[in-house]
Amino acid sequence: MLITRRVEFSASHTLYNPGLTGVENAALYGAEANPNGHGHNFSLEVTLAGDPDPVTGMIVDLKWVKQILEQEVVEPLDHRHLNREVPPFDRIVPTTENLAVEIWRRLKPRFDGTPARLHNVRIFETDDLYADYCGE
Amino acid sequence: MPTIAESKAGPLVRLTRRYRFSASHRLNSPLLSKEQNDETYGKCNNPYGHGHDYVLDVTVAARVDPLRGRVIAVDTLDAFVRRIVVDPFDRHDLNTEVEEFAALVPTTENLAAVVAARLASAWEIAFATPGAPALEKVRIWETRNNIFEVSVGKPDGDCPATAKTKPVECYESR
Repeated sequence: MLITRRVEFSASHTLYNPGLTGVENAALYGAEANPNGHGHNFSLEVTLAGDPDPVTGMIVDLKWVKQILEQEVVEPLDHRHLNREVPPFDRIVPTTENLAVEIWRRLKPRFDGTPARLHNVRIFETDDLYADYCGE
Repeated sequence: MPTIAESKAGPLVRLTRRYRFSASHRLNSPLLSKEQNDETYGKCNNPYGHGHDYVLDVTVAARVDPLRGRVIAVDTLDAFVRRIVVDPFDRHDLNTEVEEFAALVPTTENLAAVVAARLASAWEIAFATPGAPALEKVRIWETRNNIFEVSVGKPDGDCPATAKTKPVECYESR
């Protein structure tokens, strides 16, 4: 069975790779390449896989999941400038795709060895754009 | 920071972009009698047609190099999808103005298949480069409550866990 917990955070970023020219950045990232940055209300959906415990009827206590998401995602990312304040985005571009992979990387060890296996990370940058990553 | 040329292919990420178009249609099959059409399609058989605000999600998959961090340039995807699907469909009548529906009932099942086929057939021309992103699936909402999804081919490295436990929100058909 799959369960999904959603959490939101707001952060600023710029999609500008200093290894590329301005024109190349514009071609790859469009308006997102403004080096002065801009912000989004990111919405994160974390999907876990597991079987409900026969006694509690729950795969996992969602309060515990909420705490993990607070510690690993919201506390370090919310109201931050990703490029300037949140490694590894000082070195890699904080695209929706890289955010999905980085959040997966942060969450995976917290769920390993628990009844809830990390199944998928979906991050919405806007209502019309999201990235999925499932560890491949 | 290493240059793009030094970076290696990275994790397989799926990027989904949402589009909207409004179109009219009428569900009427030339293979059925008037009574059968009425019985099969009900209100959707109204000879004057009716319309929907369709929502279209296009999912693209690729291994991203972390430096670029992009499955596809979103502006490029937008221009492609608008040219191939959104512009020809938006504010048009599907039955009379979209050639595929001259001989095909524009149910949303068929619409999803037509959208997928259009995008897939032009995809190779537009994005045929080594390591190019793969068109993975399209999903169309006819209304908030009717959702249709078509996969395009078998992309490299489809998430095995997903294949085993199908997401609850995944509808193969109505």
